[in-house]
Amino acid sequence: MTQFQHRHLLGIEGLSPLDIQFLLDSAAAAVDVSRQAEKKKATLRGRTQINLFFEASTRTQSSFELAGKRLGADVMNMAVAQSSVKKGETLIDTAMTLNAMRPDLLVVRHHAAGAVALLAQKVECSVINAGDGAHEHPTQALLDALTIRRHKGKLAGLVVAICGDVRHSRVARSNILLLNAMGAQVRVVAPTTLLPSAIEELGVTVFTDMRKGLADADVVMMLRLQRERMAAAYVPSVREYFRFFGLDREKLSHAKPDAIVMHPGPMNRGVEIDPLIADGVQSVIREQVEMGVAVRMAVLEALGQHLSSTPVQN
Amino acid sequence: MQNSSAPRPLLLQNCRVVDPSRRLDARGSVLVADGVIQAAGPDALNQGAPEGAEIVECRGKTVIPGLVDMRVFVGEPGAEHRETLESASRAAAAGGVTTITTMPDTDPVIDDPALVDFILRRARDTAIVRVHPMAALTHGLKGEEIAEFGLLKEAGAVAFTQGRHSLRNSQVMRNALTYARDFDALVVHHTEDPDLAGSGVMNAGERATRLGLSGIPREAESIMLDRDLRLARLTRARYHAAQLSCAQSLWSMRQAKADGVPATAGAAIAHLTLNEFDVGAYRTFFKMSPPLRSEDDRRAMVEALADGTLDVICSAHDPQDVEGKRQPFADAADGAVGLETLLAAGLRLVHNEDVSLLRLIDAMSTRPAALLGLSSGTLQPGAAADLALVDLDQPWVVTEDQLHSRALNTAFEGARMAGRVQRTLVAGHTVYQYG
Repeated sequence: MTQFQHRHLLGIEGLSPLDIQFLLDSAAAAVDVSRQAEKKKATLRGRTQINLFFEASTRTQSSFELAGKRLGADVMNMAVAQSSVKKGETLIDTAMTLNAMRPDLLVVRHHAAGAVALLAQKVECSVINAGDGAHEHPTQALLDALTIRRHKGKLAGLVVAICGDVRHSRVARSNILLLNAMGAQVRVVAPTTLLPSAIEELGVTVFTDMRKGLADADVVMMLRLQRERMAAAYVPSVREYFRFFGLDREKLSHAKPDAIVMHPGPMNRGVEIDPLIADGVQSVIREQVEMGVAVRMAVLEALGQHLSSTPVQN
Repeated sequence: MQNSSAPRPLLLQNCRVVDPSRRLDARGSVLVADGVIQAAGPDALNQGAPEGAEIVECRGKTVIPGLVDMRVFVGEPGAEHRETLESASRAAAAGGVTTITTMPDTDPVIDDPALVDFILRRARDTAIVRVHPMAALTHGLKGEEIAEFGLLKEAGAVAFTQGRHSLRNSQVMRNALTYARDFDALVVHHTEDPDLAGSGVMNAGERATRLGLSGIPREAESIMLDRDLRLARLTRARYHAAQLSCAQSLWSMRQAKADGVPATAGAAIAHLTLNEFDVGAYRTFFKMSPPLRSEDDRRAMVEALADGTLDVICSAHDPQDVEGKRQPFADAADGAVGLETLLAAGLRLVHNEDVSLLRLIDAMSTRPAALLGLSSGTLQPGAAADLALVDLDQPWVVTEDQLHSRALNTAFEGARMAGRVQRTLVAGHTVYQYG
């Protein structure tokens, strides 16, 4: 089973539809493992996985931690303080230091786009991007795809509306790349201030009216709106944003009746999503969290196959 | 600039002589004696070669006036590990640049006559090309109080600038221009609205969106330029936009010139030869300010160079140490070294027949010298012998290890060039010889 030939997972960009298919299939199998009473496999036994988070994230970090542990790896979490000296120095220095500890798998989150790829050039182990700036968050896109597939049975041909702060979102970019690669029709729905320039060049249709954007959608994917965005004049207020771009019952009624509602978390209830919808029957938000562990197991396992089994010589 | 005893007379014979100051591009010879050009052109040998002259056969080679670079960042004083006047001058000489204009954003900022004097003395003692400092437009580059233009000019400052920074306060800019006019001082400005540029790190557009980097819109440049041009129109001061990068700025510039505003504009060689695609996957050596723009913008820049809307080409030489560049793109320092590749990169435009050699050398030598009020930038008999002998077609590949600059952050690493400086003279002294 060596269908996955990459040494790192730095983004969805660079993965073929077959790679994505492979990861989703093995993640589907990993779901069963996580549902057994005995959740532990031995695939990564003896391997060291370090979670290196330059940006705090409870859920992604614990998801990777559980995934590694369920595969039998020794997992260590490292939170790196943002404030310490010059940020980039910390990055390269930390990479070299960690590399000397001979980890097998490095899971990295960093505030700067491209930082994880830069780090991957400096170390000898496999690197997984757990989010780099507004660039990519590949395991999130994979877990979203897995969740969609479990409900819709496919990805091709589905209408997926990604709504909210696309400009600052790595989740949006990775999802756009993955869904396009798998043949879905992707829409983005947001006020133009929250869209990066030339976003349509990424193969999406742009809507600034949420009702139109959600019309006949199979999947409604909400993005988190950080409150700092108000201060930076992207949107005027929470109440205005919720009124026009928050997902409520009325706006959701424009989507297909069986549309599913997703959110990468953590949610701002009452900002981008009505609590009634977040906890409603169409919401698959909690399932996304479960799929997160499965997808990360699949990714760790796929990369683990390429780890060298010969001891280091010098 | 170091001085030693006068060298023997030098005759460069059978070369192509390019002198934009006389619109001369012809086969001929150049005769140098006593540090001065005695004759240059087809008739240069009417008097014959003087006794004991060094005679160099230059068939297939070209003599140009030495380049005058209006935008050079040097680390001296304050960041000598990046670049000193000495190392910058050696890089300049290797690139055929005989005059460099240094920027005031050093530590301390060059905003005092004693500091202008310091630069000139350090240059005299250590540099092998001519060095003319630009002084700060405002005290400490803070953008609040205007600097002592009169005293600084007397001390030797050739122009006034905020260096890397833009002056946000329009009232201060208006006063600076108004006051500069009384002293016939040239105001040089980097035009970028700092609020609109915001957290941007590369050209706004599809590339930035794909890379997840925040973009700098072209309007950040053109809005600041438009403001400046209106103030130049109002005050009638001599104004020079340091580095333009996009088509919409050129429209404004064209209009202002047509209306007789005393404004000129420069471009960094990078913005005439590279575009945003060169950033690739977060290559920080291509991170600069203004950012590399689209290919359409680059084409417009080349046209503007050919039609004279862009007056000057500079290197925007900006040495950065390894630590400053080995960072995630958004955190990395701006800027690239460029003295040694300025001419060769510019010759790409000539080889592609985008501009004539005469216009290129005009923009790199004659025009900047005139704007700065310098007597160089010419091969006119009687002028100081600042010149470069160039093989316009010699192929070479840029590699870090052959750079004379202390910093190695070139945007042309591995680039194939055609055209190489063979020999550079400053006041008749050979300051660089190839091979």
